[in-house]
Amino acid sequence: MNRKTIIKKVWRYLKRYRVYLVLSMIFAVINVIMQLSIPIFTGDAIDEIVAAGEVNFPALFEIFKKMAVAIGIAALSMWLMNVCNNKLTYSTVRDVREQAFLRLSKMPLKTIDKTGSGDIVSRIIADVDQFADGLLMGFSQFFTGVVTILATLVFMLKVNVVIALVVVVITPLSLFVAAFIARHTYDMFKAQSEARAEQTVLIDEMIGNQKVVQAFAEEDEALEKFDEINERLRDYSLKAVFYSSITNPGTRFVNNVVYAAVGLVGAIYAVYGGISVGNLTCFLSYANQYTKPFNEISSVITELQNALACADRIFELIEKDIEEQDEDAIALTNANGRVSLKNVDFSYVPEKPLITDFNLEVKPGERVAIVGPTGCGKTTLINLLMRFYDVNDGAIKVGEDLTDIRHLTRKSLRLNYGMVLQETWLKEGTIAENIAMGHPDATRDEIVEAAKKTHAHSFIRRLPNGYDTVIGEDGGSLSQGQKQLLCITRVMLKLPPMLILDEATSSIDTRTELRIQRAFAKMMAGRTSFIVAHRLSTIKEADVILVMRDGNIIEQGSHDELVNAGGFYKELYESQFAG
Amino acid sequence: MRKLLRFLTDYKRECVLAPLFKMLEASFELLVPLVMAAIIDTGIKNGDKPYIIKMSLIVIALGVIGLVCSITAQYFSAKAAVGFATKVRHALFKHIESLDYSTLDKLGTSTLITRMTSDINQAQSGVNMVLRLFLRSPFIVLGAMIMAFTVDAGAAVTFVVTIPLLSVVVFGVMGVSIPLYKKVQTALDAVLKRTRENLTGIRVIRAFTLEEQEIESFNRENKDYTDLSMHVGRISALTNPVTYVIINLATVYLIYVGALKVNTGTLTQGEVVALVNYMSQILVELIKFANFIVTVNKALASGNRIQAVFEIQPAFARGDIGGNATLDGNRILDANASDYAIEFSSVGLSYQEGGDEALSNIDFKVKKGETLGIIGGTGSGKTSVVNLIPRFYDATTGKVTVFGENVTDYKLESLREAIGVVPQKSVLFSGSIAENLRWGNKGASEAELNEALSKAQAKEFVDEKEGGLSYMVEQGGRNLSGGQRQRLCIARALVKKPKILILDDSSSALDFATDLKLRTALKELDQDMTTIIVSQRTSSIKHSDKIIVMDDGEISAIGTHEELLKISDIYKEIHESQFKGA
Repeated sequence: MNRKTIIKKVWRYLKRYRVYLVLSMIFAVINVIMQLSIPIFTGDAIDEIVAAGEVNFPALFEIFKKMAVAIGIAALSMWLMNVCNNKLTYSTVRDVREQAFLRLSKMPLKTIDKTGSGDIVSRIIADVDQFADGLLMGFSQFFTGVVTILATLVFMLKVNVVIALVVVVITPLSLFVAAFIARHTYDMFKAQSEARAEQTVLIDEMIGNQKVVQAFAEEDEALEKFDEINERLRDYSLKAVFYSSITNPGTRFVNNVVYAAVGLVGAIYAVYGGISVGNLTCFLSYANQYTKPFNEISSVITELQNALACADRIFELIEKDIEEQDEDAIALTNANGRVSLKNVDFSYVPEKPLITDFNLEVKPGERVAIVGPTGCGKTTLINLLMRFYDVNDGAIKVGEDLTDIRHLTRKSLRLNYGMVLQETWLKEGTIAENIAMGHPDATRDEIVEAAKKTHAHSFIRRLPNGYDTVIGEDGGSLSQGQKQLLCITRVMLKLPPMLILDEATSSIDTRTELRIQRAFAKMMAGRTSFIVAHRLSTIKEADVILVMRDGNIIEQGSHDELVNAGGFYKELYESQFAG
Repeated sequence: MRKLLRFLTDYKRECVLAPLFKMLEASFELLVPLVMAAIIDTGIKNGDKPYIIKMSLIVIALGVIGLVCSITAQYFSAKAAVGFATKVRHALFKHIESLDYSTLDKLGTSTLITRMTSDINQAQSGVNMVLRLFLRSPFIVLGAMIMAFTVDAGAAVTFVVTIPLLSVVVFGVMGVSIPLYKKVQTALDAVLKRTRENLTGIRVIRAFTLEEQEIESFNRENKDYTDLSMHVGRISALTNPVTYVIINLATVYLIYVGALKVNTGTLTQGEVVALVNYMSQILVELIKFANFIVTVNKALASGNRIQAVFEIQPAFARGDIGGNATLDGNRILDANASDYAIEFSSVGLSYQEGGDEALSNIDFKVKKGETLGIIGGTGSGKTSVVNLIPRFYDATTGKVTVFGENVTDYKLESLREAIGVVPQKSVLFSGSIAENLRWGNKGASEAELNEALSKAQAKEFVDEKEGGLSYMVEQGGRNLSGGQRQRLCIARALVKKPKILILDDSSSALDFATDLKLRTALKELDQDMTTIIVSQRTSSIKHSDKIIVMDDGEISAIGTHEELLKISDIYKEIHESQFKGA
């Protein structure tokens, strides 16, 4: 993305707050004019103090009064300008973050799976923050700078056109220097940003899985890897920080040249009597006033470079393709548990077909069990049923009138499913909040009722604060089985017409599992369920068992039928009791 | 923050040179007006054009020297600041790695990540700014005051009053805003946490169609963060206008005092101008200083947050058995020191201080080379028992002994190197399969890796992957299925050739046929290796030398499969629930 398009995109967010932008500019103008008037008043005041006995006190007090007003207005406008800039920056940044998060929730899982969570976190947190810093600095110094330049320019032109022109011609040199450095530092800032992201990914991984790292006493190796990136980041950062910090001395040097040139031309003028010494002194001080903002602007430009590099990465995230939206889709209202898969083809990568020509008819209330060796496509099938991924070919249809799920809103489709995955996920919050997820209006009684059914109640009761115990990110110190019980309770409370259990009870002991199954059986009467499991005891009672291998159904039937058929299922079943 | 300065000790030279060169630059800057005065007083007065040209060139020469000094200063300060941040990051990462499981449970990952990233970046900018400006600004402010005294001591008293007043404002705002910046960072933690949760739990959130609710929560947290930032911003924004008012009012007062003195003939007009100039020099410097204060405030708040992590000490002491005996004179971990590999004597454990015991009165012994099975209901404490062996947690009461020594007497890394753990949650890291397998055993040959893969029943699918052992695993192993991940985790533990192998319900994602093959392969392993198998399936543990049945944090029964079928109702029930109708 080139810089112009990035700026255009930033503007799209900024323009919502253009009122503050305009106000900020107005206050900047007022502030500069008042600030520039102070030296004039000071000069006037000094002119009233000529010598002993020649001090005009009444006139002096008159000037003091005007000065006090100017000081007051200058200070007030300065503060208001800062407040506006604050509002402008932080509101814009809030919107950018909001938008990024919003897009995140609409992004296809494929994109998120591919990008990785560490990278996305780094963009939404670190990059947006850097962007805010740059933006704030830009606004707070840019306008005052520009206005100061214009105001002093007018003043200088009034005093002496030729010397003013000398200033005007040389000064842009500092902008040229600044732009030159900025162009070269942009790449370094980008390299810095990328190294930072890479490091965040590693931190995310290593700190997030710190327990495993420690279990393998791999701390040193992890540190080594970290250090490798850390050293690279040091190099990039040093370059980015150092080269960008050259800008300021560089432009200050140009100012020095301007100062010398004004002195030279002015003094020679003065020798021929073209300008008074007093005017020259004044000119020199204004030349200084005029060039100072150029310094600031140039340092702002560096900061903006960094901000733009970060903005680029944020927009890259925001602009990732989102899922096809559900505009023309209708809500699923007549889900009765009927599901039909017709000639479904699917693969994660085009070169490796995974599911080919998959057909299945499920009647309302049927219990469908899916078995097969690890990696045969069971989980993929669930991804398709829930529409986490779309089929490449063929169609999945649900409901009384068999509507293609691509014509349904994702929300209504998913609301009709209850899903428990092997990989449990709990959020930070109380046990009760986690159970009531997806059903926030549930009363405490309903929650306890559901927990009793899943036999989670007994362990919850023993926690320090019972249902109000706060569990940390990803369940904190709960055991895997306890987490699974909570996830099952969550679904138990929701009571959807269709249920997906993907190895949902793999970490729960078989005794408890049997009891849960009884509860499920009651709850699922008349509801359709898809059960992926390894424990054949879990699936024996299913109406239909699908035996999958390499993305295809190789056997299909009830338990007894399959055992009698003597195929792959029988082999699997018998292995359970062997050894 | 002050304690963090220890990370600057390697950059002492830079820390001295950067401000020094900055000061040199400032001195040259102060000389320029003197040269200009010479041009006016001598050059113009005498109409001496060569002199004017010479002096103008001197101004430029001063500029060149200033430029060189300044760039040098910038380089040193950048080097020190970046070096500082690099060292802090390294040390913090190392420190987090030394924290125990309970502390990690309590802190949570998100806040550690913000501290490792955003906080350290803020601290880096702070150090950079301080090195550039902390000498320069006071130098100019005090310099101006001293110059004022040389002009007129009486009038200079104004400076003596003004400067402390300015300090009060600057440091007052700082005092108010630093705690607020800390709150801002905490609010950012919440935003980060929400983002992470939404990425790790994306399937569940979508399945429950919680997107809108999550967006709402995110927007609320984001708004809190924004509001807090704005609030602090408004307070920080006071510094500039307030100092501006103070200085300009001081100037007015200075002119008034000057006017009185001029009127009585004790001061000249020119001297008043000089005094006013010195005051405005302070103003210019203070504006720079105010921006600098904002950065420093943020850096201080972040620095304190970083330091807070450093101050969390690992909850338990480390012993000194292990490592290289000849080198450090310590005893080494000796697997032959005792007949028993593991002994638990009246062990109790509670995860939270004062909380209910997760384990109580655990007593058992395992001989070297034996296989121990642990079975029991969900939440009965199976994992808690095995977590005590590699000291993931420490027993609250009682004693855990490995090879005859209390686990707390070992060096943590020596203890853990001797133990191979396959955790419940199959975690893999980005990198090739070979790299993942070599965790815990750097020097393993390719043949050893393949052997471990075969035993873990993973060889077949690894060979099918493009590149085999060099197939790249993505973050969290998301390009592998659950069962594949689990088998790689088992292989990873086997590559380590541990003296004690702990399988914590590690075959739950495997189908029975694979599980059976795995168990058969494990049986053929090293005879000296002690194995602990935690499982839900009686079939997985029925051949163990000893089986512990856990119930509600206590041992309900110990025995062999056959014995337990007779004496333990729970065991019988579990067994039958799996084999009913077989």
